[in-house]
Amino acid sequence: MAESFMAQWVYTDTVKDHFINPRNLWKEGEDFVPDGVGEVGSLACGDQMRVGIKVSDGRITDLRWLTYGCASAIASTSMMSEMAIGMTLEEAYHLTPSMITDALGGLPEHKFHCSVLGDKALRAAIDDYLEKNGMDNPYKGSTARIICECKGVTDHMIEELVKSSKVSTFEELQKETGCATACGKCRERIMEELNECLHIYGK
Amino acid sequence: MRYVYLDNNGTTRMADEVIAFMHSCDELYGNASSMHTLGRQAAAGIEWARSEIAKLLSSDADDVYFTSGASESNNMVLNIFRDRADAGDSRNRIIISTVEHPATIETAKYFVSKGYHVDQCPVDSIGRLRLDVLESMMGDDVALVSVMTGNNESGTIQPVKEAARIAHEHGAYFHTDATQAIGKIPVSVEDIGADYLSLSGHKFYGPKGVGVLYAKHGVPLYPFVHGGHQEKGMRAGTYNNQAIYGIGKAAELARENLEEEHRMLWQMREALRRGIETRIPDVVVNGSNDESLCLPGTLNMSFPSAEGESILLYLDLEGIEVSTGSACATGSLEPSYVLLAAGLDVELAHGSIRFSFGRYNTMDDVDYVLEKLPPIIEKVRSMSTRKV
Repeated sequence: MAESFMAQWVYTDTVKDHFINPRNLWKEGEDFVPDGVGEVGSLACGDQMRVGIKVSDGRITDLRWLTYGCASAIASTSMMSEMAIGMTLEEAYHLTPSMITDALGGLPEHKFHCSVLGDKALRAAIDDYLEKNGMDNPYKGSTARIICECKGVTDHMIEELVKSSKVSTFEELQKETGCATACGKCRERIMEELNECLHIYGK
Repeated sequence: MRYVYLDNNGTTRMADEVIAFMHSCDELYGNASSMHTLGRQAAAGIEWARSEIAKLLSSDADDVYFTSGASESNNMVLNIFRDRADAGDSRNRIIISTVEHPATIETAKYFVSKGYHVDQCPVDSIGRLRLDVLESMMGDDVALVSVMTGNNESGTIQPVKEAARIAHEHGAYFHTDATQAIGKIPVSVEDIGADYLSLSGHKFYGPKGVGVLYAKHGVPLYPFVHGGHQEKGMRAGTYNNQAIYGIGKAAELARENLEEEHRMLWQMREALRRGIETRIPDVVVNGSNDESLCLPGTLNMSFPSAEGESILLYLDLEGIEVSTGSACATGSLEPSYVLLAAGLDVELAHGSIRFSFGRYNTMDDVDYVLEKLPPIIEKVRSMSTRKV
């Protein structure tokens, strides 16, 4: 009887595979000179990652990563690395957490926000590459979602304000952007976005 | 694959003797509240179990109440003092430590959300209650002080005797959650001076879903589960005969084996600690390495720059079962509040692993962990953005 109760692993088989054999790890002493590097996450939430990319003719030709984090953070960054190599910068910039989790066969709900940071680290690496080479960044803002329609406040604006330590409370965010001061129906979504950014950037 | 269970603070395997004894009572299915022979026989078994608990705690059997476990017992105690506050008692404040089990801490938070007064007394760097602070927090409005006997995560043994004395000097009652300490260190209600004590069967090789509330004769006691007359009207619900016989047998074993169990658990704990310290650089022990201040089977260590859930799952793939203080493993976003309360930094709390031994572990298990753990820590660290 007891033998018939099969223990399911915590995550999908794909996650398990990437957790056991992470792809494109940035090994110490490896001869990898990145063209751009990005880092996101914070120790407060227990996940932090760094991504380095090689770029040639507007495409990501190689990628390495490191992460301090749980199994789903390791697996999602590993999966992201496989997806991103070969992509154009534009495609890579538009990689989303759900594309990564779909490729992994899904993640538990509570793991989604805190552990899937690979796409954000990748965007940071692309930003770094473009900036280092004195190139315009045509992508920044292109992935933004408007949250406060009345005042045109996007998720990226909130992310930038938190990242640069200009904002750490709802009141400060309101003062800075005017969000949720008109019809106010976005208040809850603004709070969610703010909390997530505060969490990720550990301010 | 080899299988090494090192999560005995989470729960224990039932002792073979307990399983055999419970089966030997298979025929005692009568409702222990019934007047007929089968009922009276079932009741006699329950009274035997009660006397075994009483012997283990050096208490009077009349002061032992069976519950579904320590969570219920803790809720029952706190609710007594909620009821008294509702009745207008001027003693309407409860003090607990910052490292209590969720069964106490979450109940206290719920009370606070309803407008009741609960204060938390801090702990020092090994997670031991600050008696000086407790003293300063006391006042005429304190009804109850609740401090666990030994901590489930760090293993730190609390100065419950001194805390009870302080509570009593200020006219408050004292409760201790002894769930983790039972069967590992001597626990005597007389020696501690406890007015109330909670315990669970499954932490010392007994069955799950059964526990005890000890309440000293004469202290306030009101039912938490209302209904039938069981347990002198203090805890309704048809007796869970088999489980109660099981906890009785487990109590008997715990009393008989206490010294040997302590010696064996401490030996394995120390062998693992020394082995890890020798084989893995930059590790931190959370809690105390003093035998008189630590539950003998508990070893809580942090591995800087390595995250706990990853370590746990790589160990699990090798058949080694442990627990972690990392937020990732709990579904919450915060790492262990117990370790943070002792002043541990967030990264170390995320990287903490608890190894907890039991009577079915052997020194071979220690050797197996010492073989498998170092390459795992090395692998996790090599992937990390953090460098030690």
